[in-house]
Amino acid sequence: MKTSALILMLASYITVTAVTIYFFIMVLKTPHKPEEGEEHIPEVKSFDVT
Amino acid sequence: MTKHNESWGSRVGLVLAMAGNAVGLGNFLRFPVQAIQNGGGSFIIPYLVCFLLMGLPLLFVEWSMGRFGGRFGHHSTPFILDSMSKQRFWKYIGVFGIFTNLAVAAYYCYLESWTLAYIYHSVVGTFSPMDQTQVSSFFDNYTDITTSTTGIPYEAVIFWLLCLFLNTYILSRGLSGGVEKVAKIGMPLLILFGIILAIKAVTLKAGSEGAINDGTVGLDYLWTPDLKSIWNPTVWLAAAGQIFFTLSVGMGSIQCYASYLRSRDDIALNAMSAGWMNEFVEVVLGGSIVISITVGYFGIEGMTNLVSQVGGLGLGFRTLPYLFQQWGPILAVVAGIFWFGLLFFAGITSSLAMGTPFMGFLRDEFGMSREKAAWSFGLFILILGAPAVFFFKQGVFDEFDYWAGTVSLVVFALFEIILFAWVFGMEKGWAEITSGADIKVPRIFKFIIKFITPLLLGAVFIGSLPGIWDKLTADTNGAVIFGRFLLLGVWTGIAVMVYIAYRKRVKEGRFTS
Repeated sequence: MKTSALILMLASYITVTAVTIYFFIMVLKTPHKPEEGEEHIPEVKSFDVT
Repeated sequence: MTKHNESWGSRVGLVLAMAGNAVGLGNFLRFPVQAIQNGGGSFIIPYLVCFLLMGLPLLFVEWSMGRFGGRFGHHSTPFILDSMSKQRFWKYIGVFGIFTNLAVAAYYCYLESWTLAYIYHSVVGTFSPMDQTQVSSFFDNYTDITTSTTGIPYEAVIFWLLCLFLNTYILSRGLSGGVEKVAKIGMPLLILFGIILAIKAVTLKAGSEGAINDGTVGLDYLWTPDLKSIWNPTVWLAAAGQIFFTLSVGMGSIQCYASYLRSRDDIALNAMSAGWMNEFVEVVLGGSIVISITVGYFGIEGMTNLVSQVGGLGLGFRTLPYLFQQWGPILAVVAGIFWFGLLFFAGITSSLAMGTPFMGFLRDEFGMSREKAAWSFGLFILILGAPAVFFFKQGVFDEFDYWAGTVSLVVFALFEIILFAWVFGMEKGWAEITSGADIKVPRIFKFIIKFITPLLLGAVFIGSLPGIWDKLTADTNGAVIFGRFLLLGVWTGIAVMVYIAYRKRVKEGRFTS
């Protein structure tokens, strides 16, 4: 392959692949946002009052 | 307002379904041909610039319009658009967002059924004793529905009905139970098949398996920059057009999928991820398979002749099945399954997306159950698709593709960007895009969406006007004219349904926003 073609091809392939993987990993890693009313309510410790 | 409990099962499922909606047969068959016809390696520069200036902004706009409309219980574009403006005519512009999906699905399901048929023929070895001319004429015989290639009468019609049934059944299972499951299986398999075929194509060796060139010769031709063409406006128009069609923007299906998001869900990262996944499939996989294999066997001149004679679709269905036979009987079957399998997954993930806006409209406005709405879609496509199947040779298929798959997309996208940036207002629009965002969206996109994207879309629209004029003034046959009026009738019919739905809303005291 000609050097100019190889450089352009590799630059395009690497950029597109890297950005695709980066955003997809972000999608996988970002924690789920609870919907309103679905928020986690911490458990209240009960005390023995007897 | 009719509420239904449809929602996405997982974020990954949504992103894969959105990417599947965008990834279609054009990623593998249209992109490489466009690149070759527009300066080879130089095409990629305007192509990626248009992706940043038009593709990504339109994705942001359509995702946020969908989520915004979904908040009011709208799952199709007529009332999504209506909820964004006080002017009542916008709901009739939104008709395009249902019309395009129905009209494209009408011929696209037929195209999808070819891939199923070709998988079958690859497995049973139909192509193995054939020479290049015979494989090419096999396609003509197949699409001439009266000629049977398997002994089954009306084979093409049977595969088409099978494909329609499959689409309808999956849609009747709902978003998380049907569409999302197909995307989760189909997209990884598509990428896997694509990577394997791309490696095989690029590593072809001259003198081995009948090849006359290394696979890299095709890549060299495709990627060598012709720097003169980068200043040619036609190349920029072609690049903008390719970005536009590859991302499935201007259809109304993205808004529909996004309308099932919750109000706090992210759209910026999701849109980025789905958009870039489409680019990976198109540039890396689509750019490596067809041209490398075709140049490997026919040389550059042979490949360019084939492209001008049969186009990208011809390369995929008339040429590759013959070239796979050069790899030996087992590899030929495997390559056939992988190639037509990936085209099938690319097709079905798109056609499923085309079904959801019409279903959403029927469910929202007429209270239909999911199953009834899905079967109504199937029946509609059966009726509307029949002329494209039975009058394929007369050009009805191409006519549908031109008006619904090309012109309608540009018109709708131009209207929706004006609505979003200038009527709804960029401040509110920007707040919608960034609300709940899991990434920081660069503020430059605010300027791009308001000024650059409408200008680029306007240029694409103006650039397509001479073609529209030529199409309207050219001599044509009765079947094509019938197809044209049928499409007009479909658009009008949907507009009437929107009017009835609107009157129903007014009567019942339901508001659109």
